[in-house]
Amino acid sequence: MESIKHFINIISAPYVMFPLILAVFFFIFPPTDRLLAIHKKLRLYKLWTNGGGIALFSSLIIIFAFGLTDSNFRRIVTKPDNVPIAGLIFLVVFFLWWSMKQAWENDERMAQGQGPREAEDAKEKVLVWPDLVYIELIALILCTVLLIVWSIFLKAPLEEPANPTVSPNPSKAPWYFLGLQEMLVYFDPWIAGVLFPTVIIIGMMAIPFLDTNEKGCGYYSFRERKMAVSIFMFFWLVLWVFLILVGTFLRGPNWNFFGPFEPWDISKLEALTNVNLSEIIYMIWLKQRLPQNIFLREIWGFLLIFFYFGAAPLLLAKTFLKNLYARLGSLRYSLFTFLLLMAVSLPIKMILRWVFNIKYIVAIPEFFFNI
Amino acid sequence: MADQTDETKGILKRISETPVWESVFRTGIPRNRRQRMMVILNNVFLHLHPVRLPKHGIKLKYTWCMGGLSFFIFLALTVTGILLMFYYRPTVEYAYGDIIDLKEQVPLGIMREIHRWGAHLMVIAVWLHMFRVFMTGAYKSPREFNWMVGVVLLVLTMLLSFTGYLLPWDQLAIWAITVGSNMAGATPLVGTSGPGSSLLAIGDVNFVTPSSDARFALIGGRFIGEAALLRFYVLHCIGLPFVIMIFMIVHFWRVRKDGGISSPL
Repeated sequence: MESIKHFINIISAPYVMFPLILAVFFFIFPPTDRLLAIHKKLRLYKLWTNGGGIALFSSLIIIFAFGLTDSNFRRIVTKPDNVPIAGLIFLVVFFLWWSMKQAWENDERMAQGQGPREAEDAKEKVLVWPDLVYIELIALILCTVLLIVWSIFLKAPLEEPANPTVSPNPSKAPWYFLGLQEMLVYFDPWIAGVLFPTVIIIGMMAIPFLDTNEKGCGYYSFRERKMAVSIFMFFWLVLWVFLILVGTFLRGPNWNFFGPFEPWDISKLEALTNVNLSEIIYMIWLKQRLPQNIFLREIWGFLLIFFYFGAAPLLLAKTFLKNLYARLGSLRYSLFTFLLLMAVSLPIKMILRWVFNIKYIVAIPEFFFNI
Repeated sequence: MADQTDETKGILKRISETPVWESVFRTGIPRNRRQRMMVILNNVFLHLHPVRLPKHGIKLKYTWCMGGLSFFIFLALTVTGILLMFYYRPTVEYAYGDIIDLKEQVPLGIMREIHRWGAHLMVIAVWLHMFRVFMTGAYKSPREFNWMVGVVLLVLTMLLSFTGYLLPWDQLAIWAITVGSNMAGATPLVGTSGPGSSLLAIGDVNFVTPSSDARFALIGGRFIGEAALLRFYVLHCIGLPFVIMIFMIVHFWRVRKDGGISSPL
């Protein structure tokens, strides 16, 4: 028992879990034909059948049931404000399964030359009264019942009165912002708290204009729009829901990582061995002191950023993403690659941190300008 | 029916034939097709719907009912929020005590619970609605604009929840808001701890100081205190609901104007 818990503690660390997710993600949601072929060979689409759904759900329930026997797990999961997030896990898994199941069923139908199931249904028109109105009535009664029962059995928490002189450790933002707070580990607040949220909002609004694929409107489907679905799933499941779960359940005092079965030890120490890119280049590789001139000191970081956002999209347009560039045109392509590179910079920074202990790529603390 | 005398008619039947009843419910009980269409057209609330729908549009497996539930939870939060406002005073002196009173003086009181859990539920419902709309490709032409309105509604939902977080004035509240609002202080150029804040200066006079930056504008002070509580209260109870309702009106209107529920061609 203890060894299972110990094993789960180890694999749930972000630097183990995140690469694991990265490794399997694009086989589960393949963005290209080649990955789709592997996906089929591995029979991963079985996940989106009734059997797969039962397997997904029963493994979730087993994990929770097993976890709840442990006092540390129980303490963090049954904290009143964390209950909706535990519920969120089940809801997201359920609706993910339900939508992907319908998408695969439609894909199979369309592969056989039929239209999607929705197209068949859509031939028939029904009156809103009473066919829709009663469904809405039942839905809102069930929702009301759920809220009332939940409210009777779980009291809203209230902590000690506000005291500006005593800060709790850890201080956590509301749960839906914990993904942003988790990013603070890897980026400064001006990026994690201001730049990224702005780019996320712009990026979400840009989706309908970047996705020029006219297929797949009005019915569940995957194969017709696998690139779009794959990218969306990556942001929504990994960079959104997963980071929130990490921030909620696995971050303890001093924002240190704690496994789900690990007590929150306030004196847990993590060695701070992070170094800046300029220090690696000048002090470790070139064996000299950091230059006095700020610009000279950070030139390598600037070059890297310039290459990443400036030259990389141009190179990709000539090589790997040639077709995409032809399809989207230069304006859409620039916006798309900018947003994508912006988003991918988070996993890149994570990996640089875990592998090379990189703190900042450009570090100008004199002007609070650190990347 | 016509040969029924007044004595054999049931009480409901008689009420439904009074002039008062008929002046309120113009259509009568919708028994036939025409009346079922008229009942939607004649009622301002039901008129959010079209009269007829393609059949997939009423199926739970297509819509998940999440958009409708988001709106319903919003209404439930409005009602419970109004009730809570009767007992809550947004000052550092009274706020916490009023919450304690709600907890201890109201027998079987669950308004605060419904409001708090409902707020969590609304955020989740809005996310799932967004997820459904994405998976059915419903953001595609001609619904691009409504997707953008939806993104604004999502952000407003989280801001509503965020501003409400401070109001109980307990440790959880002020420190969660401290973490959140510290981010505003890191805004480039206009936040004290953001990059480039020292550029906005004439000689030695800095324009961006802890008493004049973006964070100060958000919380009305250098620390979370009286001004922040009042600001968040006004935003939570009046400001943001006002804005979100305008966007909701546009959202619902455009659902209809852009062709109703998304359908395969």
